[in-house]
Amino acid sequence: MIAELGHYALILALGLALIQSCIPILGARTQDPALMSVAGPSALAQFGFVAVAFAALTTCYVISDFTVANVFENSHSAMPLLYKITSVWGNHEGSMLLWVLILSLFGALVARFGSNLPMTLRANVLAVQSWIATAFYLFILITSNPFLRLPQAPAEGRDLNPILQDIGLAIHPPFLYLGYVGFSITFSFAIAALLEGRIDAAWARWVRPWTLAAWVFLTLGIAMGSYWAYYELGWGGWWFWDPVENASFMPWLAGTALLHSAVVMEKRNALKVWTILLAILAFSLSLMGTFLVRSGVLTSVHAFANDPTRGVFILVILATFIGGALALYAWRAPMLKQGGLFAPISREGALIFNNLFLTTACATIFIGTLYPLALETLTGTKISVGAPFFNMTFVPLFIPLLVVVPFGPMLAWKRGDLLGVAQRLLGALAVAVIAIAVTFTIAGQGSLFAAFAIGLAFYVMVGALTDLAERTNLFREPATSSFTRARGLPRSVWGTALAHFGLGVALLGVVCETKWGEERIAAMKPGQTVSISGYDITFDGIVRLDGPNYQELRGKFTVRSGGVVFEIMEPSKRSFPSRETSTTEAALMTRKLSQVYISLGDPSSDGSIAVRIYHKPLVLLIWLGAVVMALGGALSFSDRRLRVGAPKPASAKTALQPAE
Amino acid sequence: MTRKQRRFALIGTGLAVLALAAALVLSALKESIVFFNSPTDLVEKHIAPGTRIRLGGLVKPGSLMRGDNLLIRFEVTDGNRETPVVYQGIVPDLFREGQGVIAEGALDPQGTFRADTILAKHDEKYMPREVADALKKQGHWKDRQ
Repeated sequence: MIAELGHYALILALGLALIQSCIPILGARTQDPALMSVAGPSALAQFGFVAVAFAALTTCYVISDFTVANVFENSHSAMPLLYKITSVWGNHEGSMLLWVLILSLFGALVARFGSNLPMTLRANVLAVQSWIATAFYLFILITSNPFLRLPQAPAEGRDLNPILQDIGLAIHPPFLYLGYVGFSITFSFAIAALLEGRIDAAWARWVRPWTLAAWVFLTLGIAMGSYWAYYELGWGGWWFWDPVENASFMPWLAGTALLHSAVVMEKRNALKVWTILLAILAFSLSLMGTFLVRSGVLTSVHAFANDPTRGVFILVILATFIGGALALYAWRAPMLKQGGLFAPISREGALIFNNLFLTTACATIFIGTLYPLALETLTGTKISVGAPFFNMTFVPLFIPLLVVVPFGPMLAWKRGDLLGVAQRLLGALAVAVIAIAVTFTIAGQGSLFAAFAIGLAFYVMVGALTDLAERTNLFREPATSSFTRARGLPRSVWGTALAHFGLGVALLGVVCETKWGEERIAAMKPGQTVSISGYDITFDGIVRLDGPNYQELRGKFTVRSGGVVFEIMEPSKRSFPSRETSTTEAALMTRKLSQVYISLGDPSSDGSIAVRIYHKPLVLLIWLGAVVMALGGALSFSDRRLRVGAPKPASAKTALQPAE
Repeated sequence: MTRKQRRFALIGTGLAVLALAAALVLSALKESIVFFNSPTDLVEKHIAPGTRIRLGGLVKPGSLMRGDNLLIRFEVTDGNRETPVVYQGIVPDLFREGQGVIAEGALDPQGTFRADTILAKHDEKYMPREVADALKKQGHWKDRQ
């Protein structure tokens, strides 16, 4: 009954989406307010129905209703409640339902908070949003219906893939989808602008918060996924340049570029055509990410299903939206008016530089990810493009970008003074040189590149702070007056500095982990000790335990340093009988920002067990940096200027809604 | 500068960066592409020792031997031919006889494949697609649906 209710609600949402796809756009054409105003309530109702569908599926999971095929395939009555809920999106059908839930949520938010948008723009945006929704409702109902029943109810479910039974799964997919789907709004705005053939700074003021919100979630989602892979897969790696990771990284790069070009558009009314293109590209790459992951063309932990009809269906959605959007762009973009002039050395110039390198880096990843697929389709030759390719292309393209990062916020609009900014950045440069010298002295030969990378990280971090110091006249005025200035700075300035600072932090973590991480692989017998980076790690033995739906082999390791016991670490291997599969649960010991990481391999007949031990210096900075970047984005998001309706400062207080 | 000159400079810079990226991509592709081969391909294509490749197939039942220091030897088969493989290290959770495997490394002059990476498999049902195709080619694939 509950499943049928959900199914029915989803069909109703489809019906509403079909109406919302046509009527408001017709209204915008004929300037008919009655037709245009259909969009708002319809978007809210759509969200309501999808929420009912999602709640229905969640209920089926919580009560372990194994007559529903989807629940049977992916749940188990012995699973903890949290994992029963997260299993809802731990499979293909459910995750697509989450996708449309977020899509309709964003549509509803535009409807709810967009009352101060021009009426035609609002109608068009909601209509385009509905086109996307229609395509995905059809996709779910035709190829991936989560509400199908089984003819005979099995007594027990087949359990969720064990490596997905983790708290990371509770957070990673929803955040990633909030990011992916968030770009659907900027896409809808871009298409609406092209349909109207008109675009102005107010448009950018609307688009930027959406981009920021999507970007913040995507940043957190990617960071969370990376940390999850790091501790759950047991290989100690945090980024593999796996096609699925790339699929989420490409929209991030395009979104980051969009974020920066939207600033130029908002402030200077320039780069309109380019911003529209980026908005289309960012969402296209998100759609492509969905296609790559969901169609089964890639085999990976994320590819839940290998059903060709789904692949073809998503490919058609992909071709229609990307092809259609780009065709519309080619037709209508030349009509958009040119914006303000600026010299190459200016903040606009720096932001164009940023865009150029970000999109180029994105393009190289695109090639590396899709080239093997294209080659196999065309010639049948099977190749793999591994991490070396991405390191060799991505790193050289990112270095110039990082060098320019501190310049951007400090250059003036329109015409900047490069020499003046360089002088003000001398402090950052000095810190960088000291960092290089210190690193080189401590680490010695063979660390030249790493030393420079560390110098670059410090330069980016101090450069971000320099901007704040300059703006507050720090050290040049009494502290109290600097403090007053600091309070007066717009939050977006703080956000920019924080995000750029986070970039430097992440870079520092990446360099330290890559260069000075240590690894020991050994077959250890109880009583044996392995030394790594100043820690002596003794293997004490192994115990067998029973979990709720698994058996566990748990090792016990004592970590000592200079004879003092630091910590007992207990990595384990779990085997799940219902799936005939096993997982590796690594043990982590965090000391400041560095970690010792132990994961177990197979036991052998002589009583020893294979053990991997890593020491990862400053590894936490990688994710911490990403979190700082996201915080910067969030801070910028809360900037008053970005709250829509800013022209009316008097009523701004009541319009402070957090969710915009 | 006039608008035209500015646009020209902008497009010029853009093209220069793209050219740089293209050069990077081409040189990186040349060095880092790894071809996938089955044991039959190894013989038929006369893969030279030392060339880095991916070898895929099934771990031949009864061929797995564990030595000291995490050394393992096994044979990879596509049903037609077998290639001996040597690997030192920890194998993924679901590495076992009769299951699909992809090993990355190179042949030594004696014809033994020295692997430095054994690719992880996440799921009981999951068969690397390349391996499934290689087995189909040799006529040893049964749909297990």
